[in-house]
Amino acid sequence: MTDNMMTIFALSSAAGKAGVSVIRVSGPKAWDSLKVLASSAKLPAARKTSVISLRHPGTGTEIDQAMVVGFKSPASFTGEDVIEYHCHGSPAVLDELIDVLGGMSDHRLAQHGEFTRRAFDNGKLDLTEAEAIADLIDAETKTQKEQALAQMGGSLSTLYSGWAKDLTKSLAYIETIIDFPDEDVPDEETAKAFPAIQNLIVKIEHHLNDNRRGERLRNGLEIAVIGAPNAGKSSLVNALAQRDVAIVSEMAGTTRDIIEVHLNLGGYPVIISDTAGLRPDQISGAGHDAIELEGIKRALQKAEEADLRILLFDGTASTLDPHTLKLINKDQMVVVNKVDLNPDVKNVVSFHENISPLFISTETSEGLDAFIDSLAEKISSLMKVSRETPSLTRQRHRHHLEDCLSFLHASINQTQPELIAQELRSGINELGRITGRVDVEDLLDVIFRDFCIGK
Amino acid sequence: MVKNNQDFFDVIVVGGGHAGCEAAAASARMGAKTALLTHKISTIGAMSCNPAIGGLGKGHLVREIDALDGVMAKVIDRAGIQFRMLNASKGPAVRGPRSQADRKLYRESMQAILQSYPNLTLLEGGADDLITKDGKISGVVNGAGQNIPCDCVVLTTGTFLRGLIHRGEEQIPAGRVGEKPTVKLAETLDKLGFPLARLKTGTPARLDGDTINWDVLEVQKPDESPVPFSYMTDQIDVPQIDCHITYTNEKTHQIIRDNLHRAPMYSGQIDGEGPRYCPSIEDKVVRFADKTRHQIFLEPEGLDDSTVYPNGISNALPIEIQIEMLKTIKGLENAKVKEWAYAIEYDYCDPRDLRNTLESKRVKNLFLAGQINGTTGYEEAAAQGLMAGLNAAKQSQAVSHETVEPLILDRAEAYIGVMIDDLISRGAPEPYRMFTSRAEYRLLLRSDNADQRLTDKAINWGCVGVQRQKLWGEKKLALEEARNMVKKLDATPPELIAQGLEINQDGRRRSAFDLLRVPNTKWIDLANVWPEMSEVHPVIQEQIEIDALYEGYMGRQNAEIEAFRKDEALSLPASLDYAQIGGLSNEVRQKLEQVQPATLGAASRIPGVTPAAVIALLRHVKKRAA
Repeated sequence: MTDNMMTIFALSSAAGKAGVSVIRVSGPKAWDSLKVLASSAKLPAARKTSVISLRHPGTGTEIDQAMVVGFKSPASFTGEDVIEYHCHGSPAVLDELIDVLGGMSDHRLAQHGEFTRRAFDNGKLDLTEAEAIADLIDAETKTQKEQALAQMGGSLSTLYSGWAKDLTKSLAYIETIIDFPDEDVPDEETAKAFPAIQNLIVKIEHHLNDNRRGERLRNGLEIAVIGAPNAGKSSLVNALAQRDVAIVSEMAGTTRDIIEVHLNLGGYPVIISDTAGLRPDQISGAGHDAIELEGIKRALQKAEEADLRILLFDGTASTLDPHTLKLINKDQMVVVNKVDLNPDVKNVVSFHENISPLFISTETSEGLDAFIDSLAEKISSLMKVSRETPSLTRQRHRHHLEDCLSFLHASINQTQPELIAQELRSGINELGRITGRVDVEDLLDVIFRDFCIGK
Repeated sequence: MVKNNQDFFDVIVVGGGHAGCEAAAASARMGAKTALLTHKISTIGAMSCNPAIGGLGKGHLVREIDALDGVMAKVIDRAGIQFRMLNASKGPAVRGPRSQADRKLYRESMQAILQSYPNLTLLEGGADDLITKDGKISGVVNGAGQNIPCDCVVLTTGTFLRGLIHRGEEQIPAGRVGEKPTVKLAETLDKLGFPLARLKTGTPARLDGDTINWDVLEVQKPDESPVPFSYMTDQIDVPQIDCHITYTNEKTHQIIRDNLHRAPMYSGQIDGEGPRYCPSIEDKVVRFADKTRHQIFLEPEGLDDSTVYPNGISNALPIEIQIEMLKTIKGLENAKVKEWAYAIEYDYCDPRDLRNTLESKRVKNLFLAGQINGTTGYEEAAAQGLMAGLNAAKQSQAVSHETVEPLILDRAEAYIGVMIDDLISRGAPEPYRMFTSRAEYRLLLRSDNADQRLTDKAINWGCVGVQRQKLWGEKKLALEEARNMVKKLDATPPELIAQGLEINQDGRRRSAFDLLRVPNTKWIDLANVWPEMSEVHPVIQEQIEIDALYEGYMGRQNAEIEAFRKDEALSLPASLDYAQIGGLSNEVRQKLEQVQPATLGAASRIPGVTPAAVIALLRHVKKRAA
C-alpha cells in the first residue's frame, strides 16, 4: 500500500464550536467507511445529499445525525472518491467521528493542504489554480478573495496559455519557413511574426509593470509612516488601528524599532509600519545612540521598500523636518499633524511643486476622516483588480515572465530563422513552466492548419 | 540446439524496402547471421513513391544513418541526379541535404551493396506466418510453407499489410501497384493480439516526360557543387539534371471540387487517416479553398527513364477525372500517363505497443520497423530499420533477454531518438514524418555533425566497419587539433586592427575562436592573421565556424539537456503497477499502462499525461528508490 492509496480525512471547516462542521474523506475507501458508519442505512447516490444516522462501528451508539454527500472518482474536488460529512459542529461529535475514521483500515488524517495536492496530482487543477486555492483559503479581505477566485477559475492560466498560443502561432510561421523551404510560403512570413511578438512583449511588460499589484493584494500593501521624532507617527498608527474603518487583525513582526500593524483598510489588506523618528544629526553613534542610529537606518530602508509612504510632519515645529522633506518624490501622502495646537499652520506651511498636504490632529481627530478616505482611495488605486486582466500574484510567475520577455526581445533581434525560433521556443517554455503545459504537437497543428503544406 | 543448423538465422528481416535493407545490413554488421526475406529480390531497394531522398529532418536522419555506418547515404550518393542543400541560405542547424534519385540506379546500388554484405543472405519468397514459442519468436514460415528457424525477426512490411488501393470507386487489394498485399501475416498479427489500425497515403500519376511541354516551365537547378550525404563519399560522380515546376489553377480546382463525391477520402470509402503534411490535391483544394494555385514539382525518375513524378498532386480520383485535371495544368496539357494516381490504405501497428528498441511488448524477439509503425518516408523507415536491426542482432547474441543492453539513442543525441521516442510515447494518429521542429535540441542535432554525435557510440556498439572507423578517427583528430589551435591563437586589438579586422580597442586579447563568433567573420579572414589556419582542411574549418556560430546557445541548450537527462535517468520498470500509484486519474493510468514508458521523461511526453501525474510518478519512483 503506497501512501497515496491511503484514504485521508480531516475537519475541513474551522475548528471550534459551530452550527455545522464538515469532515471530508478522500480516497479509494471513502465509500467503504461511509458504509460502515451508516450501518444499515441506504447510501446516497453520488452528488445527492441524505441525512444519515452515523453509528460507532464498535458500540453501535449514534455519533451524530449528519447530512452526507458523496462523490465518485474522478468527478470530485480531489479526483478521488470523496465523502463529506456535514455534522453538528460540536467538538465531541467531531472528535468521535475523527477517532472512528482513524480506526478504519487504510485511513489516516490528512496533512496540511493534502486535499489540494491530491487534486493537483489528479490533474484537476494546474499549478496556478492550485496556488489560487491556497490563496483563497488564506484570503482575509474581499478583494483578496476575488483575486483568488478568479485565478482558481483559471484566469491566469487562461491569460498565460493565451499568450503561449499567440507565441506558438508566431513560432509556427518561422518553423514553416524552416521546415518547408520548397513550399510557396512567402518569405515575408518571417517578418509577419514580428509585429505579433512585439505586441506580446508590450502585453507582458504591461502585466509585469503593474506595480506588483497582484502580489501586494496577496501579501498586503506595505505602508511606512515616516517622520521626525514626536511628529505623532505612533499616534497616527494607533488612530488608524482603532477606527472602525480599519480593523486590526493581527500584530506581527514587532521589531525593536519597527512596529507592523496588519489592517483591512477599505477592503484591502495593508501592513502599516511605525518607524523610528528621523534625527540622524542629533545623535552621536555610540552606545544607546548606536541602536537608535540603526533604527533610523531601518526606517529609511523601510521608506525605500514600502509601496506607499506617509510622510508625517509636526505642525508645531518651527521648520519642516529636512530629513523627511528629502524623502518626498511621488508615491507618498504628505500629512501635517497637531493642527489643534497650531491652527495657523494651514496657511503658513508650503511645500514645493504640486504637493498638497493633509492636515490632521491625532489628538482631536480633526481631519482624520478625510485623511482615511484619501488613504483608502490611494490604496485602492494601487491595488485595483481588473477582472479583464488578472494580476500577477506570485514571484514565481514574475520570474518566468521576465525570462520569457528577455527571450522575446532576443527573438526580434535575430535574423537567422533557426535562432528566432530558438528564442521563441524558450519563451513558450517559460510560459509553460507557469501553468505546466508545453507541447510540440500544438505547434504542428498550427503549421498544418494555417499553411498549405506538402508536395 | 538449432543454432548449428545451416538453415538457422540469428535474425530474419521480412521485407526489402528501405527499413528492411537497413535492418538487414545493420544486423549483419553486428555480426549476426542475417537473412532478408522478400517477395522479389529484384525489387529490393525500390522507391515506391517519390524518387528522392532527404529534405529537412529527413536529410538529418540520412546523415545519422550514415554516422551509424548504414547504407542509405552511400546508395543515394551513387544514385542522386539532383543534389540540393535545402535552406542553404539559412543557418547550418536547419540545412537539409536532399537529392532526386534515379530509381534504377538506387535499386541497383542497394542490391549490389547488400549482395556483397558479409553475414547477409537474400531470400526470395515472402513470409506467411511467424512461429512463436512461449511468447518468443522461433521462426518464420515463408511463402512456400517452409519453416525457417531464427532467434529474432524484424518485420518491415511497409504498406503491404492488407494493402488496398483506391482510385475513384475502384478498389484493388495490393501492397503497391501491381504487387499482391500481405494478408496472411496480417492475420498472424491479429492472432497475436497486435493493435492494428488503418492509415492512408497516396501517390500521383506517373507521366511520360516526352509528352510534357518543358519549354514553358520554371526550371529548378541542382546545386553547383553537390554535397554528398555520406561522410565517406568524397564527391558525386552521377550527372546532375534540372527539375521543373508547374502549378495547378482555378480550372483544375473546379474539376476536383465537382468530383469530390468520387474521391474515396470524401465519399467515405476510406477510413484511414492521411498525412496532413503530404495532403492529396483533393485535400488541398478543400482545406485551402482560398489558394488559387498549388505548386507541382516535376521530378524525373531517372537519367535514362522518361518517367516523371509530378510531386504535389497525389490523388485518388477516377481515371477519367485525372485525365481532365491534368489537361488544365500548364505544360501537362498533352501529357501521357504511364501509371495512374491512387490512394492506398494499409494496416499499421500502433507503435505504443513497442519498446524503445522497437521490439514488440507482446512477442519477445519480434521487432517492427518502418511504415508498419505508422511512419511515412523512406528515411524514417530506414532509420527505424537500422535501430531494429542492431537491437535484434544484439538480442540474438545475448545469453538471456535480461542481460541485453539495449542500443538506444535519446532525444538529445539524434533525430532517430526523437522519432522513436515520439512513436512509442505518442503513437501515430496520422502517418508520422520527421521535421526539424520536432527536435528540442535542434541547434545541436545538425546534419553536419551527425558523425561527431554518433560514430563513437556506434563503434562502441560494434556496428561500424573498419574503413569508417579509420576515416572518423582521422577526422576526429583533425577537429581536435583545429579546435585547440583556434583557442590558443590570440592577439591584441592593435595587432588585429593592423591586419584589417574591425575590433574594439578595449585592450582585451581575443582568440581566433572568439573572433569566429563575431558575425560575418570567416576562417579565411583570420588565416591572414594566422597563416597556419589556412592549412586546416575545409571540412574542418566549416565545422569550427559552425561551432562558433552557435557557441552562445550551447550553454542554454546543454542546461536543458541536463534537465532532460535527469528525467530520462529515472527509469520506470516495465512491471510497474500503475494502479498502485495514487493520484492518477483513470484516463492517465490507462495511457501509462498502454505505453509503459521506460523513463519518467518518456511518461511526461505522453499526450494527456498531466504535469501533476508526472509529479505523482516522480514521488512514487523516488519513494521506491529510497
